[in-house]
Amino acid sequence: MTPSSSLDTAGAAPHDEHHDHHPSYLVDGTTIKSWLLTVDHKRIGVMFLFFILLFFLVGGIFALLIRVELLTPGPTIMDAMTYNRTFTLHGLVMIFLFMIPAIPAVFGNFMLPLMLGAKDVAFPRLNLASFYIYLTGAVFMLWGMLNGGLDTGWTFYTPYSTHTTTTVAPVMFGAFIIGFSSIATGINFIVTCHTMRAPGITWFKMPLFVWAIYATSCIQVLATPVIGLLTVLVAVENLFSFGMFDPARGGDPVLFQHLFWFYSHPAVYIMVLPAFGVMSEVVSTYSRKNIFGYRAVAYSSLGIAFVGFFAWGHHMFVSGQSTFDAGVFGVLTMLVGVFTAIKVFNWVGTVYKGAVEFSTPFAYFCGFLFFTVFGGMTGIALGTVSLDVPWHDTYFVVAHFHFIMVGATIMAFLASLHYWFPKMFGKTYHEGWGLVSAALIILGFNATFIPQFLVGNNGMPRRYYDYPERFQALNVASTAGASLLAFGFLIIAFYLTYALVFGEASGKNPWRSKGYEWVSESPPPTHNFVGPQVTFPEEPHFYVDPKKAEVPDAV
Amino acid sequence: MSELLNNLLFLPESASTFAERVDLLHHFVVGTTMVMSAGVGLAALFMFFRYRRRIPDQATEYVVPTLKTEFLFVSVPLVFFLAWFGIGFRDFTWVTTPPKDAMDVYVMGKQWMWKFAYPEGPNGVNVLHVPANRPVRLLITSRDVLHSFYVPAFRIKMDALPGRYTQIWFEATKPGTYQVLCTEYCGLSHSKMLAEVVVLPQEEYDVWIKDQRRGRLQDRQDALADTSLVPPVARMVDQGQVLAGTQGCLKCHSVDGSAHIGPTFVGMYDRVEKLDDGQTIRVDEAYITQSMMDPGAHLVSGYQNVMPTYQGKLQGPETAAIVEYIKSLRTPNVREGASEGPAYDPIQ
Repeated sequence: MTPSSSLDTAGAAPHDEHHDHHPSYLVDGTTIKSWLLTVDHKRIGVMFLFFILLFFLVGGIFALLIRVELLTPGPTIMDAMTYNRTFTLHGLVMIFLFMIPAIPAVFGNFMLPLMLGAKDVAFPRLNLASFYIYLTGAVFMLWGMLNGGLDTGWTFYTPYSTHTTTTVAPVMFGAFIIGFSSIATGINFIVTCHTMRAPGITWFKMPLFVWAIYATSCIQVLATPVIGLLTVLVAVENLFSFGMFDPARGGDPVLFQHLFWFYSHPAVYIMVLPAFGVMSEVVSTYSRKNIFGYRAVAYSSLGIAFVGFFAWGHHMFVSGQSTFDAGVFGVLTMLVGVFTAIKVFNWVGTVYKGAVEFSTPFAYFCGFLFFTVFGGMTGIALGTVSLDVPWHDTYFVVAHFHFIMVGATIMAFLASLHYWFPKMFGKTYHEGWGLVSAALIILGFNATFIPQFLVGNNGMPRRYYDYPERFQALNVASTAGASLLAFGFLIIAFYLTYALVFGEASGKNPWRSKGYEWVSESPPPTHNFVGPQVTFPEEPHFYVDPKKAEVPDAV
Repeated sequence: MSELLNNLLFLPESASTFAERVDLLHHFVVGTTMVMSAGVGLAALFMFFRYRRRIPDQATEYVVPTLKTEFLFVSVPLVFFLAWFGIGFRDFTWVTTPPKDAMDVYVMGKQWMWKFAYPEGPNGVNVLHVPANRPVRLLITSRDVLHSFYVPAFRIKMDALPGRYTQIWFEATKPGTYQVLCTEYCGLSHSKMLAEVVVLPQEEYDVWIKDQRRGRLQDRQDALADTSLVPPVARMVDQGQVLAGTQGCLKCHSVDGSAHIGPTFVGMYDRVEKLDDGQTIRVDEAYITQSMMDPGAHLVSGYQNVMPTYQGKLQGPETAAIVEYIKSLRTPNVREGASEGPAYDPIQ
C-alpha cells in the first residue's frame, strides 16, 4: 500500500508490509534517553500527556479538598489560611499546568503535523525545549507550593498579592517560565501551519482542528508576554516593594487588573479554542459529514481570537472603571458570544443528513454542546453589564467559567483522548466503560456546578472559607456532584490504563474517519509517512459516495 | 410570577429599586436562554436519532449552509445579545449615576470590617442605618487592600479601592435588615467581613439619627465633666476644616473666593473645570480625592503643578472630611448646619 491519496478507510486493516522496516514511533528506540532527548513531535506530545495528567490529578485533589471543606460553614477539615492556599493552588495548577497546555501541547503537538502531511513540526528542537521549559516552570511552582504556598487566588490581585507574607515569588516565577513554553509552542505551530502543509492542503482545506490551534497559537504569542511581564512585576514587588501598585507611593492598584485580564481573558480562549477544534473533528467523524459551514467555523475561531483581546474590561465592571468603558467592553463581549453561537449552530448543522454513531467521543460532544451553550449564555448574561453587578465575584461566576472554560475543555480533552487513543497508541479501549464514565462525568459536572450557579444567584461570594448557613444545602449538593465526577475520572484511569497494556490492536482507522490525521499508520512511524510525499486531493471529512461526488461551493 | 421565578432561581429577597430592574432583565435573559437552548437541544437530539448510522461505511450527502442560513446564525443571537446589552447598560448607567438629592454615606473597607460615616455624623462600624424610600449614595474607599461592598438584597456591588473613591447608589424599598458581604478576596478573614444595612422608615430614621447626635453630645459633656480627653468633633465638615488648616491646604487654597496659588475651595465642588489638556471635568468627590492623591493627574488650566501629594499623609476618613469641607463651601455664603434634606440641590 502506498500511503497516498484517497483516504482508504479499511477499518481494522492488518499491518502493511512497510511496518517491519518502519516501526511505530512508540517502539523506535526504547531507552529512556531515546524518549527524553527525542525531537519527534509525537513522543513530545506523549510526554506532555503524562505530565499534564499528573497535574490534572494534583489540581483535582485540591478541588476535592475545597469541596469537602465547604460541606459545612466554618472549619470542616482545614483552617482559613490552608483553605485560601488550597483554592489558589487549585486555580494555578489547573490553569497554568493543565488547561493551557492540555490540548495544544498534547494533541496539537501530536496531530498538527499528521493533519498537514508533514514529518514533524517546523522546529522540532524548539518543541523539545518548550517541553523542558514547561517542566522547569512546573518545578518552580511545585517548589513554591511545598514551601508554604500562596494565598492570593490565581488572579494575584494587587495590593493584596504584594503585601501577603506567603510564598508568592517562586510561584510567580514559575508562571513566568511556563509562559515561554507557551510562546515557543505557539510560534512553532504558526510556522508549521504556514510552511509545512503538504501539496494540496490549501488554507481552506486545513482541518478545523488546525485552524483552532492556529488561532490559539496567535493568542499565545501575542498575549503571553503581558502576563510574563506582570508576574515578574508582582514577584519583584512582593520581594522588594517598589510601590508599583501601592497607591500610598503613587502606584495604581487597578493597573494590575487591566494587565492581568489583558492576558487572562484571551487565555480563556487559549483553553477553549482548541476544544472547539477537537469537537469539529469529532462531530464530523461520528456523523460522517463535512462540517456544516467550514469557513464560518474557521473564521469564527480567528474572530474569537481577535475580539477576545478587547473584552478584558468585562472582568472589571465594578472595579471603579468608567461607565463608558463598561459599555465598550460589554458590547465587545457580545461579539465573542456571537462567534461562539455561529460555531454551535454549525456543529448541530453538521449532524443534519449525517450518519451518527453514538460512541464515547460523541457522548463527550453532547456534553460539550451542553456546557458550551449554557456556559456561553451565562457568559453573555454576565456581560450584560447591570446583571454583572450582583453576580460579580459570586459563585455564579465560578460556575460560569467552570462550565465554559473547564467543562468545554474537559469534554474536548476526554473526547480527544478517546478519539485519538487508537491513533496515538494503536489500541482500543472498552466502549461500554467509555460510555458509562462519560455519563458519570457529564452528570457529575452538572451536579457540581448547577448548585453553584444557584448559590451564586443566592448571593454567596467566591473564595469564602466560612459562609452564612442559608448557603449550606446547595454547597452539600455541589460536593456530592464533585464526588460523582471524581468517580467518573477514576473509571477512565482504570480502563484506559488497562487498554494501554492489554488493549486489542485497533488497526489503522477504527473510526473509519476521513480526517487527514488518519492517512498515516496508527500509531504512526517516526517520520509519520513512508515513501513518496503524500497528497490530499479531497477536503477533510469528505464522506460523499465517490459516484455522486459533485461538490457544491462552500459558503 | 416574579416572586415564583425569583424562588426558582434562588434569588434573595428584592429590596431596592435597582433590584427590581435587575430581576426583570434577569428573568428575560434566563427565559430566552432556556427557550432557545431547548430548541437547539431538541433539534440536536432529534437529528441524532433521525440520522443515526445504519451501515458502518455509510456515505452521506455534501451539505453546506446557504448564505441565508449563515446570516440567521449570526443575526438572531446578535439581535438578542445587543438588546440585553442595551437594557443592561441603561440600568448600569442608572445605578452608577446617583440622583442629585441622594443622601451621602462614606464607606471605608479595611481588613476585615466596614466603617460608615455620615457627613453630619455619626460614624458606625459594620452597621449602616439608612431611611427607606430615599436614594442613598455610597462613597466607597479602602484603607488597605481591595474590598467590594455587596448587598445581595439590593443587587448592588462596588469595589473599594485604596486611595480612590468609587460610588454607587440605591434606594431601599422595604424596612428591614440586609446583609453586606465582602466580594473581593482580601485575605485571611475575607469571609468574615460581614456587615448589615438597617433600613428604617423615614420617621424612625430621624429619631435614630437625633438620638445618635444627642448621645454624642452627651458623651462630650460627660467627657468635659470628667475633664478627660474630649473626643474629636465628629461632624465631618468641622474635621475637614481643622484638617485643611493643619495639613496646609489653606496655604494655597483660599476659602473666601479669591484666587491664590491653587483654586479657591469656595464653589469648587460640582463646578465644571477646563483642564490644561483641553478636556473638561466635573469636580466631584472622585476628582477631589484624586487631586489630593495625585495632584498632577488632571491639572486645571491656568494652575501650576506644584501641589505635593497627600498620598499616605491622609487616612481615608480624613480625606473624606476634607472633601466634605470643600463641599460645604459651595457659595461664598458658607452653608451652615446639618444638611439633613437633599444634600446638594442646586443653589441658585
